[in-house]
Amino acid sequence: MIRRIGVRLILVVGITAIVIIGIIAFFNIRALNASLSAEVERHANQLTETVKHSTRLDMLRNERERIQETISAIGMQSGIGEVRVLNKEGKVMFSSVATDVGTVLPKEVANCRACHASTPPLQHLAIDQRTRLLQPAEGTDRYLAVINPIYNETSCSSADCHVHPADVKVLGVLDVTMPLHEVDRQIRDRVLEMLLFAAGAFVALSLIISFFVQRWVARPVAELVKGTQQVADGNLSYHISREGNDELGHLGRSFNNMTAKLSEARMQLFQSDKLASLGRLAAGVAHEINNPLTGVLTYSSFLLKRTQHQPELQEDLKVIVRETIRSREIVKSLLDFARQTVPKKTEALINDIIDRATTVVSNQLTIRHVELVKKIDPQLPPVTVDANQIQQVFVNLIVNAIDAMPQEGGRITIGSSMLKLSPQGTAHVKKAACSKRHALIDPAVKINGLSSIRVKVRAGDEEGILHLDPLYGRHQHMTSIPLSAGQEMAVQCPECGVSLMDTQVRCPKCAAATFWIEVAGQGKWESCSRFGCDWQRWESVERDGVREYAEITVSDTGCGISREELPKIFEPFFSTKGQKGTGLGLSVIWGIVDNHNGTITVESEPKKGTTFRIRLPLQQPR
Amino acid sequence: MKPHTDILVIDDEQVILDAVTKICTSEGYRVVTSLDAESAVPLLDQQSFGVILCDVMMPGMDGFSFLKIALGKAPETPVIMATGFSTVENAVQSLTVGATDYIPKPFTFDELKSAIQRAVRFRRIREEQSRIVSGTMDDGTLVVPCPPKYRRLGHSSWVCLQNDGTALVGVTHLFVRTIEQPTGVETVNPDGEIIQGTVCAQIQTFDGLLHPVLSPISGRVVDVNSELKTFPAIIEKDPYFAGWLYRAIPTDVEYELARLQPCGSDPLT
Repeated sequence: MIRRIGVRLILVVGITAIVIIGIIAFFNIRALNASLSAEVERHANQLTETVKHSTRLDMLRNERERIQETISAIGMQSGIGEVRVLNKEGKVMFSSVATDVGTVLPKEVANCRACHASTPPLQHLAIDQRTRLLQPAEGTDRYLAVINPIYNETSCSSADCHVHPADVKVLGVLDVTMPLHEVDRQIRDRVLEMLLFAAGAFVALSLIISFFVQRWVARPVAELVKGTQQVADGNLSYHISREGNDELGHLGRSFNNMTAKLSEARMQLFQSDKLASLGRLAAGVAHEINNPLTGVLTYSSFLLKRTQHQPELQEDLKVIVRETIRSREIVKSLLDFARQTVPKKTEALINDIIDRATTVVSNQLTIRHVELVKKIDPQLPPVTVDANQIQQVFVNLIVNAIDAMPQEGGRITIGSSMLKLSPQGTAHVKKAACSKRHALIDPAVKINGLSSIRVKVRAGDEEGILHLDPLYGRHQHMTSIPLSAGQEMAVQCPECGVSLMDTQVRCPKCAAATFWIEVAGQGKWESCSRFGCDWQRWESVERDGVREYAEITVSDTGCGISREELPKIFEPFFSTKGQKGTGLGLSVIWGIVDNHNGTITVESEPKKGTTFRIRLPLQQPR
Repeated sequence: MKPHTDILVIDDEQVILDAVTKICTSEGYRVVTSLDAESAVPLLDQQSFGVILCDVMMPGMDGFSFLKIALGKAPETPVIMATGFSTVENAVQSLTVGATDYIPKPFTFDELKSAIQRAVRFRRIREEQSRIVSGTMDDGTLVVPCPPKYRRLGHSSWVCLQNDGTALVGVTHLFVRTIEQPTGVETVNPDGEIIQGTVCAQIQTFDGLLHPVLSPISGRVVDVNSELKTFPAIIEKDPYFAGWLYRAIPTDVEYELARLQPCGSDPLT
């Protein structure tokens, strides 16, 4: 309980509040006490003067009855304890309490000590020395006692009654006691008030603090704890919805960012794992199939040699040999995919390849009642491609389209056209290096499917990794450190730390420093070092200017691809066909198109259909 | 000249042994087969073979181990490595360990025939060479070794780095001598890519066979020797200079050159 932040906070704040209230109360009560006491004292002093003056004449006339009467009347008033007049010997001459009259007080009594403590007794008493605070016993009411000496006067010694000797200075004292219980009660009330106030403040503070701690700390923390448990259980898509601007909000955002990164890293790991197993699979398959194929190929080619004089056999054997060699090429391309090797490119007409591909699938089209529409551009010039691979791409796309069709059939449209595109947004960096030849391409982090360029950046005190968008002119960079627009970065190679900054060239847009990387065979790729500035220059592709592309579209009226599945379709082993497919088709297609320096994109609407768009450069980059 | 050539064929698949036997017998060779490498080792002591054809991936002793034993026991016998698991590494390793040739499975009649033919001639040329050196034969048919600063892949191709960062690629004189009478060279197009250990060109010979040239390096071809079209015999006349095949920008020079052998390490190449 005591370990909880809320309780600790309440204790600390509560105790502080109580201490502060206590100090205020102490001084407040002391001041109150002083002011009330002063008031009583003033009142008492005034009273003694009043008594002295009102009895003066009676004293001179020696009318004892009247004096006693006056004193009794005064003593009756509330707030006044006892009023008595003592003579020099301490005998009570008059008193508001009738029984006291005639008693003799010893000189050690507190009232008398003010003057009689010294010998000879004082004859004059200052105003502030006339009052005494008395408390007869512990727990009883306090009293304020005031003594007012009655001095000898000419009229006293010359009065005709009983003449006081003229040489005596003090004739007696007027002694008035005033109970202080009213003052004490007020102070007690105030103390009680303060205690109640402190307790109330403590309770109120506790409630307020616990409310806000609950709201600002406990609930977000509970959600974070829940989130970390979810992540620990493997749910990396858990997202914390509460994102305030306070520290816990930052923590929440940072948590979301972390899970997103983790999830991405896991995807990449998963992906490379899949690719690795694909490679092993391909290698295994290659070995297993190549041995039986060797039997077929050697026997058939042997027979072909043996039967040179039997033309009717020759034709059939040639087919066997040709098809076996084709199988060999397919197995090889499987290995090539695992190895990501390059296609064998020759000049070929895309329209011819489309024709061949449609012939291959013509049977399937008829069976599934699928109508095939060709919208080809007859003027499309030849393109340097591996015709077999590109044919495989088209066949796969058409077969996928057929599989996506409903039972009653549908329509597939294949289009070819030529278009011109500027290098911005089409050219992308495939191989990049720093000046010390360290590879900068990071296949583990992909930006829209393209391996990013990994560099180290320093901006201010922050240092981290920046994944640059490899697509020329697009700026979907990813960064591990917070970079704000307009901040200048120092860019380095993450391997050797060599600076990639260009001291010669300033950004023509914002005059900031620039950095560059070396693209294998394609010169320098320069970029502005100010985060957010979109200046980039890639001279070798710019020099080619607007490039021509052959665009081939394959559209179907099939079931479409859901928004969730769309980003995954080019991943190896991703399949919507269940047991029917291997999940390799589209990833192989992607690999082939990429090896031709082309791009493949997909648009799809569930239940309406899907369109694949392939763009192949007419001239391969030099 | 053929009838006296015995060929030792090692493969773990009977069907391949049968097929190779049929092809070789029809070409007039005598064939001894073995289903595993261990039992083939004693055969090396019993008789001398003209050529050995050995699979790489076999249960028990693999092709590379056998290759090393064979090179120790019968250094004069050329060994052709064959594999269904045709990776660049397998090819390069075979040739650097000492195989004279490497053919990926599946192969056709002609591909096997040309490989065996090259191996038989390789052996003959080497024997002649030693006789020339010992003075029992005139040097009219001397094989020109490749210049010392070149590097070679096996006995078939060479690479020479140029000062401008490109590399020249060509075939060795020994290789041309094993194919005899080149009549044409099929090359990849400029801008094409060549990969170390894979076929980068095919040389056609008078007898109609195609002889694959394994590339010594990987890279992008920037230029193809134009003289190959008009005068294919240039690769025989001047294999190391005017008879180059490609000028290429290598992709991974250091790594790949380390896997090649320096020229001059063998009297023939």
